[in-house]
Amino acid sequence: MNDIWMMAALGGGLIGISVSIMLLFNGKVTGISGIFYGSTVNRSESFHWKIAFVLGLITSGLILNLFFPNNLRGHVDSHWWTLAVAGFLVGYGTRLGNGCTSGHGVCGVSRFSWRSILATLSFMIAGILSVTLFRQIGIIDL
Amino acid sequence: MKAKMTILSFISGLIFGVGLIIGGMTRPDRVLGFLNFFGEWDPTLIFVMGGAVAVHMILFPLITSRSQPIFPDSWDIPQKEKITKSLIIGSFIFGIGWGLGGYCPGPGITALASFHMKPLIFVISMVVGMAFYKATQKN
Repeated sequence: MNDIWMMAALGGGLIGISVSIMLLFNGKVTGISGIFYGSTVNRSESFHWKIAFVLGLITSGLILNLFFPNNLRGHVDSHWWTLAVAGFLVGYGTRLGNGCTSGHGVCGVSRFSWRSILATLSFMIAGILSVTLFRQIGIIDL
Repeated sequence: MKAKMTILSFISGLIFGVGLIIGGMTRPDRVLGFLNFFGEWDPTLIFVMGGAVAVHMILFPLITSRSQPIFPDSWDIPQKEKITKSLIIGSFIFGIGWGLGGYCPGPGITALASFHMKPLIFVISMVVGMAFYKATQKN
């Protein structure tokens, strides 16, 4: 149990370092939904650094999947269509709300941005309500 | 400069992904356990977000006390202050999707490397959701 807490804090620390070097070197905020948007359906002159970040994420997965395969699984017993609906809501919602867990939750909250603090409260509350509701009606089985 | 920024960005993505994976964010069962506040709540993932915020909260003022970043010549940090309906509603819609699938964008993309169907379906749908946003913005 202690191990899981330690790993969570260590993982969080690495994420903090990652967004800090992005800021120090590139002067950018690490907002992954925006980075992914700019790598796919909304490409512009910033495409290169954005797709490089996405490839960095996937490469870390390819490497660590060799050592800790369970950390990339842990699927919940749910139908494939729930993932399709979830993906659509996450894609649309993060663009309408201008950020996700990284841009608002980590970068924005760290610099005390009111917009990000409220956005983070909004998606945390929605996430908790969502899990509670979908468990209740049997779509998610935890 | 473009090449340097691209390489740095790849390294940043690598470190971010390692943080997500060892922290447990790429496991939907753990994420949903964290959001299952009214059930058998698993609070460990607070340490992922808390750890990231703690580190960046200390480093952000130190970094931005420089006159400019190392590669480009100006900072690119959002300056918007206005609280809008779309900010709150969009974030709420995102939260519903997060609670339904257990993935937010970073972990979903990182989990593609497991070659499992669920993250793949999630990421493809996320692209569709973003394309739908883009299409509806123009009207």
